[in-house]
Amino acid sequence: MTIKADNLTWKIGRKTIVDEVSFVAQPGKMLGLLGPNGSGKTSLLRLIAGLRSPHSGSIILEGRDLKTIGRRAIARRVAFVEQHATTNANLRVVDVVKLGRFPHRSMFSGWSLADDEAVETALSRAGMAHKRNDRWQSLSGGEKQRTHIARALAQSPKELILDEPTNHLDIQHQIGLMRLVSGLPMTSIIALHDLNHAAMFCDHLIVMQNGRIVASGTPENVVTEALLRDVFCVEARVEASPHHARPHIHYLAR
Amino acid sequence: MTGTHNSLRQFFAFAAAVAASFAAIGLAVGVSVGIGDLPIPLATTFSAVTNRLGWTAVMLNRIHETVIWDYRLSRALVAAFCGAGLALSGAVMQSLLRNPLAEPYVLGISAGASTGAVSIVILGLGAGTISLSTGAFAGAFAAFFFVALLSNGTRGGADRTILAGVAASQLFNASTSYIVTTSGNAQQARDVMFWLLGSFGGVRWPELALVSVIVGIALVACLLYARVLDAFAFGDEAAAALGVNVARARIVLFALTAMMTATIVSMVGSIGFVGLVVPHVARFVVGPLHVRLLPACAVVGAIFMVVADIASRTLIPQQVLPIGVVTALVGVPFFSIILCRFQRAS
Repeated sequence: MTIKADNLTWKIGRKTIVDEVSFVAQPGKMLGLLGPNGSGKTSLLRLIAGLRSPHSGSIILEGRDLKTIGRRAIARRVAFVEQHATTNANLRVVDVVKLGRFPHRSMFSGWSLADDEAVETALSRAGMAHKRNDRWQSLSGGEKQRTHIARALAQSPKELILDEPTNHLDIQHQIGLMRLVSGLPMTSIIALHDLNHAAMFCDHLIVMQNGRIVASGTPENVVTEALLRDVFCVEARVEASPHHARPHIHYLAR
Repeated sequence: MTGTHNSLRQFFAFAAAVAASFAAIGLAVGVSVGIGDLPIPLATTFSAVTNRLGWTAVMLNRIHETVIWDYRLSRALVAAFCGAGLALSGAVMQSLLRNPLAEPYVLGISAGASTGAVSIVILGLGAGTISLSTGAFAGAFAAFFFVALLSNGTRGGADRTILAGVAASQLFNASTSYIVTTSGNAQQARDVMFWLLGSFGGVRWPELALVSVIVGIALVACLLYARVLDAFAFGDEAAAALGVNVARARIVLFALTAMMTATIVSMVGSIGFVGLVVPHVARFVVGPLHVRLLPACAVVGAIFMVVADIASRTLIPQQVLPIGVVTALVGVPFFSIILCRFQRAS
């Protein structure tokens, strides 16, 4: 057990966005978070990353309540990749990745060999080592996303949280990014829109609707025709793919 | 081995940059001191300073020495510190609010200062016991707290803070105009307006002591926050995810810039565009990382302001232009270039 959510509830004003959500993320596994727009995926990820405090319920990180852990200490083990975060500062790729070392350094400590190593490893894992000196504004969407992942990896996290990282990417970069994340040794929690990609790459899926979890389990158990009709309001046929054995969805035109 | 070699080279590069910066500021100050109704050669100024420090004992013209010590040197040094402070504030604001057009007065500080000043001068608040500067300082901080309140303390995002600042500026500028237009005393109104446009006339050693301490403290404090400012590059949320205490960082950095800006505005009026323009120039030269950007802003800001002060005294013979006019005449064209660049990028 790495991250455990226990009866999480979070509201904006009177509106309940996340409604009594409980789940457990298994160490080293990739947990996919699915659901239609506005189902509370992003809010749930922010709660787990400690960026919002739940109105009730708790997040347990390795047996400790997240509330009792300082911001920096959280950032040393949980890394968060936001949805299309951008900047108008013309930073180099390596500068962005170096930001990931922020929680590991005190106000006065210098740049250490360990920091250098973490940045190098992160750059090469994310496949951005050859672009290290490129400027942020010159990167493509896929490269920006990979740079963010490299920055997150430089935090040396045990848990990686990603909010729809494949949005706006072409299919090659979507698959490349999913492959990259699923190949990482740490626990990952990833919000996704593409159900086929989720079924292909994730070990475990959670489906949300109106702030609640409506289905949870392995892709085979979760991705069903009934669920697609009830939650996503689409007619589809689901079969085990002859190529990768995971469930594959055929959407029906009518 | 290469590691120590590299860090040694870095140290020498750093030392050279510091030396060059001080030399450039010194030169600008020296030239500024030399210019006026009584021209003073650079060498005389240099000797006057080294004499006073006890390093040399050169015989100098008494009048020259008096002019240098009692009038021009303090003025030039105050200009340098004001330029440094405004540029530093601008850089911090632009990073914290993630807006390339942010500047030190974005929190309504100059508008508040002007209302405070006219309240003292025209309405006669405080019955002569408090000075125009004190009133301006109080007004500046009133505006700052108004903006802090309106932008929902530290929880409001960057856009909210900017909107609150715009609202505050409108409110305080309107108040100033109201007081000025309804006052019967045209001469007083004219004096205040002249002061608002900025002037280094009348600043002496006590002002230098105050502004140098405030800007010095703020520079050191901002440098300690350099990495935090870097972490704000992708927004408040990204900074928080990196472990930054966003609320505390915003309070500390806003308070530091407000402190600097309020001090400068209450001393020499609201000098525009330095805080907007200089950070962009510095970014072109040293890049966006704050460990380099902040000191570079201080240096470029100092030089720019001293040069602007020289220009304000020499552009029209026998007349001193308000310093705000000079900085704006340089600033507006530059501002236009930034706007055009920004348009193309988006």
